Amino acid sequence: MAENITLEVVTPEKYVVSEEAQIVASPGMFGEFGVLRGHTPFMTALKVGPVRYTDAGGTEHCVFVSGGFAEALPDKVTILAESAERRREIDLERALAAKQRAEKRLAEERAREEIDFLRARLALERAIIRIRLAETRK
Amino acid sequence: MPTLKDIENKIKAVKKTQQITKAMNMVAASRLRGAQSAMESFRPYAGKFAEVLGSLAERSGEGANPLLVPREEVKNVHILLCTSDRGLCGGFNTNLIRRAEKLMVEKQQPGATVSFTFFGKKGRSWGRKSQQTIVDEQVGIVGTQFGFDVAATAGRKLVESFLKGEFDEVHVVYAEFLSMAKQLPVVKQLLPIPPIEKVEEADKEEVGAYLPEHICEPSPEQLLGEMLPRNVYVQVYSALLETSTSEHAARMMAMDNATKACKDMLENLTLVYNKARQAAITAELMDIVGGAEALKG
Repeated sequence: MAENITLEVVTPEKYVVSEEAQIVASPGMFGEFGVLRGHTPFMTALKVGPVRYTDAGGTEHCVFVSGGFAEALPDKVTILAESAERRREIDLERALAAKQRAEKRLAEERAREEIDFLRARLALERAIIRIRLAETRK
Repeated sequence: MPTLKDIENKIKAVKKTQQITKAMNMVAASRLRGAQSAMESFRPYAGKFAEVLGSLAERSGEGANPLLVPREEVKNVHILLCTSDRGLCGGFNTNLIRRAEKLMVEKQQPGATVSFTFFGKKGRSWGRKSQQTIVDEQVGIVGTQFGFDVAATAGRKLVESFLKGEFDEVHVVYAEFLSMAKQLPVVKQLLPIPPIEKVEEADKEEVGAYLPEHICEPSPEQLLGEMLPRNVYVQVYSALLETSTSEHAARMMAMDNATKACKDMLENLTLVYNKARQAAITAELMDIVGGAEALKG
């Protein structure tokens, strides 16, 4: 068995994950990438999506991140996200409400300012991914 | 000469005030703990963020991003003033407002205008009274437990206005939490982003020897472009956290002083009360003795 790599997921409000992992898979700007111990130093922006990792005991975990940055070093992966939560902590009701709100706004504001439109679309994307993740939990 | 009853009432009133100030002190203390722990949990993120930003800045050229470039002509200066919503915290808000005022005067050169964003009611009411240009105002945030999204929303607006050319310079005035007894009003330039401190040579050997070899995806310049607006949000968030913590600390001190002042007053009043009581008793005794003498007569 290969050695483990340290995974840290940090948001401005708290440490979400600080754990040893066998493998970490994150949603990079240009597609999902996996990191094992001994990875070349690497830095990338992240998309909204799940960060999946297998802990030292072999259990799979899944953490939602709403974009941010990832830095991979040979023995450590640091993820800086604006918000992140473990799959079991996702608030499904809130995500559903956010989805509805975003859809409504998209329908209304199609004609108006572009920035608001973009923002609503991003909000929708976040909500959908949160819901999808929440639905896969046992 | 106040009567016995007057003094008694006064004592009761001061006692009640003391109870309130004591309670406010304790409330502030517990909120302070909350604010301090929020600051504590922000630190790892801020530290890591600065580290990554520094190493990126080092690798991309000067003027790589419009947020970094100072404007030649500074016409519109924007000030983000963080104050508390509530009073009863000593000179806390006055100091902040005075600092902002000083900055405003410095920036108000011919042809330049100054506009404001207010966080907190105290700053806002000053702005309204002195008829400043108010671009945005947020109340009910400082001093409570707020999330990063509040700072991100405010920061985003600032960045957008800056890029549109509505603001040429953005500063934030907030209270830095130095210690329980000391909170200092501080001015920090948010935009254009001041030159980012590069990783020091000495530190580089320990932490960052490998940094220059990072593979970046997309390019360092593009990554920097993604990070710089977030840097503004991070600064706003930290300013708000500092101000909240300082507010509670200032209120704790103010209430502690008030409680002490109440105690002193109570001591004095009790003394006066006892003297007056003694005087009254003596007067009554004199009366009785005088009356008895007269009857004997």
